Parts: sequence; structure tokens; C-alpha cells
Amino acid sequence: MFNLLPQAGSLAHEVDNLFIGELIIAGLMLGLVFALLLVYCIKYRSGSGASRANQEEKSWVIEIGWTTATLVAFIALFFWGADLYARLYEAPPNTLDIFVVGKQWMWKVQHPDGQAEIDALHVPVDRDIRVIMASQDVIHSFYIPAFRIKRDVVPGRYESLWFHPTEIGTYALECAEFCGTDHARMTGDVVVMSQPDYEHWLAAQGPGDSLAASGEKLFRSLGCGGCHGQGSNVHAPDLAGLYGKNVALADGGFARADNDFIRDAILLPQKHVPAGYLPAMPSFAGQVDESQILALIAYIKSLDAPRGKTP
Amino acid sequence: MSPTRRAPRKNYLTEDFTLRSWFFTTDHKRIALLYFASITMFFFIGGAAAAVIRYVLIHPDGAPVSAEIYNRLFTMHGIVMVWFFLVPAIPTTFGNFLLPMMIGARDVAFPKLNLLSWYLFIIGGGFVLYALFVGGLDTGWTFYAPYSSAYSSGHLITAVTGIFIAGFSSILTGLNFIITIHRLRAPGMGWYNLPLFCWSLYSTSVILIIATPVLAMTLLLLAAERLVHVGIFDPTLGGDPLLFQHLFWFYSHPAVYIMILPGMGVVSEIIPCFSRKEIFGYKFIAWASVSIAVVGFLVWGHHMFVSGMSMYAGLMFSFLSFAVAVPSAIKVFNWTATLHKGSITFDAPMLYALGFIGLFTLGGLTGLFLATLPVDVHVTQTYFIVAHFHYIMVGGMVTAFFAALHFWWPKITGRMYPEMWARFAAVLIFCGFNLTFFPQFILGYEGMPRRYHVYAEQYQMLNVFSSGGAGVLAVAYVLPLLYLGWSLIWGRRAGPNPWQATGLEWQTPSPPPKDNFTRPPKVPKKPYAYVTPGAEHG
Repeated sequence: MFNLLPQAGSLAHEVDNLFIGELIIAGLMLGLVFALLLVYCIKYRSGSGASRANQEEKSWVIEIGWTTATLVAFIALFFWGADLYARLYEAPPNTLDIFVVGKQWMWKVQHPDGQAEIDALHVPVDRDIRVIMASQDVIHSFYIPAFRIKRDVVPGRYESLWFHPTEIGTYALECAEFCGTDHARMTGDVVVMSQPDYEHWLAAQGPGDSLAASGEKLFRSLGCGGCHGQGSNVHAPDLAGLYGKNVALADGGFARADNDFIRDAILLPQKHVPAGYLPAMPSFAGQVDESQILALIAYIKSLDAPRGKTP
Repeated sequence: MSPTRRAPRKNYLTEDFTLRSWFFTTDHKRIALLYFASITMFFFIGGAAAAVIRYVLIHPDGAPVSAEIYNRLFTMHGIVMVWFFLVPAIPTTFGNFLLPMMIGARDVAFPKLNLLSWYLFIIGGGFVLYALFVGGLDTGWTFYAPYSSAYSSGHLITAVTGIFIAGFSSILTGLNFIITIHRLRAPGMGWYNLPLFCWSLYSTSVILIIATPVLAMTLLLLAAERLVHVGIFDPTLGGDPLLFQHLFWFYSHPAVYIMILPGMGVVSEIIPCFSRKEIFGYKFIAWASVSIAVVGFLVWGHHMFVSGMSMYAGLMFSFLSFAVAVPSAIKVFNWTATLHKGSITFDAPMLYALGFIGLFTLGGLTGLFLATLPVDVHVTQTYFIVAHFHYIMVGGMVTAFFAALHFWWPKITGRMYPEMWARFAAVLIFCGFNLTFFPQFILGYEGMPRRYHVYAEQYQMLNVFSSGGAGVLAVAYVLPLLYLGWSLIWGRRAGPNPWQATGLEWQTPSPPPKDNFTRPPKVPKKPYAYVTPGAEHG
């Protein structure tokens, strides 16, 4: 049954092995129950000559026995699954990060160097790839059956998943969470290419701004620099080197300046006011879409230079 | 009392023939029949939607219906089947009819409240049917926000109002059953004398009372967000979409046990009767029902493994989901052990009960795949899930419903159904069911998402099998309607106890008199005191 579905991701065969392991255990349990039902139904059918002497009365030994056996089998399966899940859940370091925005009813993909595509995702083979996802509207779910991975794309937050393609080819990308009328058409292709082909493909997309560079343009056109810029008289947080740091908040808590934090700061600035600053930042909700926010984050992330080098 | 004796002159059916005597009745047996008529109607409405869905899925291009119509069809199928058939099916019909008789009572604790439950159910159902006829809605029965609260254009508020109202019917029924079991047991009817059907109804009622209010609150919050834009679930209003899922599944996972526990109770009655043997592990089956009800409240997160929960939350819910499968396994083993050294006959109720064990076991075992995190990540939201819960809900619960229908039909109507037709229908349902839903496991593992009306061509063959099975299943579900209807007039008179069963409900004439018993029933020392022919006792 796997011939229709390629094992194209590094963990696909492990998921399949776990599945087959469960098929065997479930098959044994099902086989046992069915065999007993069948044998008893035939042997002890009304009027048969089989002896009914010495019927088992209630038996704690039997009850405890099969309860324990079931529990042990289940716990074994749990640990097998948990071990694999931990590896499937946490991305390894040094991934190639690609950004995806889901919206009714398409997938918008943004590569770090600025290449953009719709309903298609080109990736190099044998690299750890992390997809960072946002939704423009409702919940979608990013599903690549050939890699055995899936993750909901929830509006209002970033979700991510990672994979490591092992086979060159084209695989289905599907939206797995019902998202409205054309949910069934929110599909696309994942194209896994060799490294040289991938570089060709990137180059062929034509010269364009990197994600951080388009973020910088946006930063200027939205007037962010008026407060956050170097020469500004407004008392606003300096963004250079901010990404990934812990930020002290006015309410006494701390928050890590990650993607979600920066997104909230742009759209819901009152949610986390940094300590020592007035809640003066206006909300940009409605002025920027999720793709633009990703560009702004990429730009802010690129400002890891020491103080003084901000534009 | 011999079966050839004339039926008593007056029974609960012949007591009074006016419409008023039906619509203002407080007799639990008549209320059960009111429910029976209502849920049968809902079953065929929900079934019609399913039939169209399966017809559409024969072709990968989704013709002849548009995406809008397809989405409305599966939403209506889900809403009608879950809240207006599966949840109320066994408790409100067989539960209402049998519970007072099984414990030797004249009625439930609050007969008028019982009637009110039915009216609430019908009013709620009316709202949902109205929503259906004016255009329906397209959120899926799960109403995930923010799609439902901000984007969907259907008649969400009407449908949600219907479910909200019907929820109170559930709560009142649960309350009524719990108090009935506590207060109205006949002298000598101790807790461990209760038929296992009563234990399962008790566990079901506890879930109904605790979980249903959470659903009501969730739907209220959803309506508040949609109508007056209070930010609760929609992130653009400052809400959190996952909050909706947590609240929704906190009800909807236990609701699965609301649906299946009464079915397990039915099977626990039928297996010993047709094995002529005491049930194996009575206390284990009884307490397994209670443990399922309790642990069932702690596993809702397994619906959300890919929705953005932390890894540790995922691990915890995975573990608990394995744990909740243990009591179900215990039940299956005990039913199987009951057959051992019995004297088994294969009348229709027994065929349905054996079918239940088979389909429920397969459905339950595929639940293990879904409790295992990495496998769930791959198959959740695909046809694997669809197949899994239909094995539990339709293969399990609906089969148990038919088992109960045939087992207690003589008690309810005083007539026997035609045995050969009933056996034929039982086998046909089993085959049609497997042909419909087994291919969906494979479709799911191969990556076909649910709620798709256009799909990749490689999935067509299995979809054609599934649709063919659905055709068989449709015929098999209409058959009982015909031959049971026939038996109402031409069926052989049943007598008080055609199965030689031990429950108190069999000590009274069929159909029973209005007050259930003509003389106080004799409570046996222990339940299921069947004597196997040929067994030595010492």
C-alpha cells in the first residue's frame, strides 16, 4: 500500500515502520479476538457436543492478566511514538528557512533571497529545511504526505515544521484543515531538486530584493524609522541586535524577541510594552499583510550589527 | 406465563389513542417512542446527506455539485448525525424505555422533565432543520474559529442555537437518569444487581451533565464573537483560535463516549442472553464504563496534535489516550470470555452484537494509531480519521442500536420481527459497512485529506469501492424499516419473555402496562443468572 506514496523525507520510513509495527500489534490483537469469537461460536453453538463442565467463574488472575498485557503493549507503543515525535517536532540547528503564508485558497512561499512562488515550493535535496508559516485569514494545515508531516497554520501566530528531503521529485502539498469553499483546491507541488538545479532555479527567478531588503524598504515607507531610527527624537526601542534577546517588559515580565513577539509588537503593540517605554507605538493592523510582516521580521533579524550601524 | 396467553387488554400503547395522550404523555415508554420517531427521521436526513457525499466522491472532479454545496452537505451530515442521532440515540429511546423497568420502577424520577427534554430536543432539531432548508452552513460540524466566527457565510447562528437548545435536553435526560438510578431502584436491587446497561447509562449521564454545559458556553462565545465581535477566538480581535479547539474538544471528545457507552451496555445485555451464560467479569465491565467516563475527560488534546500545542502537551495527551483504551479492551475481552463454554444461538440481536464487537475492536485498535504522535501527524485530517470514527460511531454505535432494536422489539411492540430477514439485514449491514469504510483507512494513509470533493485521480478506485459499499449500506439500513413495520401488524405475538432473558423488564407482559408491572417484580440475587444447558454447578 505504500507504492502510491513515496518515502521522500528522512523520517518517512521511520513513521512507516512505526505504522507497520502498530499494524502487527493491532493485527495480533484483532486476530486473537476474531479467532476466539469464531472458535467459541462454532464450538459452543447451541446443541453442540462440547463439554460445558467447569465454567470459569470470575477470575481476578485472568482480568489482571489481560489488563496488564494490554497496558504494557500500549506503553511500549507510546514510548516508540514519543521518541520519534521528539525528533520530528524539534528542528535541527542550521536549517534553510523558508516562509509560507496560507490564505484562502493558496500557499504563498517566500525564499530568504527574495524569490516568491505560489502553490509551489522548490527545495534542495538533502538539506534540513524549516518552513515558518503564518495565516492571512483562517486556519489552514500544511501537509506533505510524502514526508509524513503536517502542521496547522493558525492565524495570529507562527507555526513551523521541518523536513529533510531525501528523494528528488515532485510531491503533493495539501491543505488539511477545512478553510472554506475552495479548501480542496488549496493544493500545490513540492519540488525537490539537486543542489545545482536548485541554485539554477533560484538564479532563474530573476534579480530581486532579498526578504530582508524588501523589509527594509517597507520599514522606510511605513515610517518606522521616524521613531526607531538612529537620529530620532522619539524614545523608542532600538531594534539593532534585538532579535532573539530577552526583553524586559513594563509589567515586570520578560519576553523573548522572536517572530511572534515582533509580529505582536507590529499588530498588537499594547500586548507587550517594553520596560522604560511609553505605550506609544500605533498598531499597523490592516496596513501590512502577513507576507510584509515576514519581510519586516527578516529585516529586523538582519540588524544584528552593534549599535550605530542602523540605517 | 405461557407465550400463548392473550395479551392483556390494556397496555401502554392501547391505554389511550388521542394525539393529546401522546404529546402530553409523561409515560417514559411513550416518550421513548416519541424520541424513536424523531431520531429515525434525523438518521435518514443525515444518511441522505451521506449518500449524496458518497455519490459525488465517485468522480475525482467533484461533479455534479459545487464546492459550496458539498461543504454544506458534509456539515449537515455531521451536525445531524452527531447531535440529533448518535448522542441521543440509545439513551433517549432504549434508555428511557428500559431504565425504569430494569430497576423495577414505574417511571423515571421526573416524568414531566422527561417530556420537556423531548420538546427541547424537537425545538433544537427544528432550528437545525430550518438552517438546512434555508441554505445550510459550511463550517463542518466542528465550527473551528475564526472561519466560523468571521469568514463563513452560512446560517451558523441558527444551527448553533438549535444545538444549544438540544444540549439542555441532554443535560435534563442525564440528570433524570442519575436520580432515577439512585432513588428508584426496587427493594433488593443493589448497585451490583444493576444490569450493565444501567451502569453504562449512569456513566453516560455523568458525561452528559458535566460536558454539555461546556459545549453550550463555547457555542455562546462563538455566537457572541460572530454577532457582536467580542474578541475571544479571532486573533484580529485579540482572541485565540486554539482556545476554541480546547473548549470544543473538552465536550466533543467525551461526547464520543456518550455515544459508545450505551452501545457497550446493550451488548453486555445481549451476549450473556444468547450464550445462556452469566456475563464474565461483571464488576470489571461496570467499572470500565465508569473509568472510561472519567479518563475520557482528560484526552481531548489528541484532536489537536498538529494544531500548535507544545510537544509536552502532545506527549501527555498521547499517553492518556493510550490509557483510555485499556478499559475498552477489558470489555472486549470479557465479552469474548462470556462466550466460552456457553450455549450460543445466533438470533439477529446476537449477530448484531457480534458485529459490534468486531467493528468496535477494529475501530478501537485504529485509535491506537491515532494516539501515537508521529502516525497521527501523518494521518490526522485524512480519510484515516474518517474511517476510524465511523468504525466506532457507525460500526459500533449504530450496530448496537440495531442490536437493541431487535432484542427489545418484542418488549416494545409485543410482536416478533421476521427472523430470517433480520439476520439477512445484520449480515448485509456488516458487509456493506466494511466495504464502505475499510478502503478509507488506506486512502487516509496514502494522504487523501478529508472534506475534499475534488481529489487526485490516484485515489479514485478506493473511493469507488467506498461508494459502492455505501449503496449496500443504504439498502441494508432501509430493510429493517420495512420488515419491522410489517411485523407491527403481521408479526407473531411475542409473549412476555421470548428470549428467556433474566432482566426485570422481561417479567412484565409485552407490551408492558402503563405502570410497567402488574405485580412487583422479583429481583434476582444476582444479574445474568443464566443456566447453560449441560454445565455442572457445584
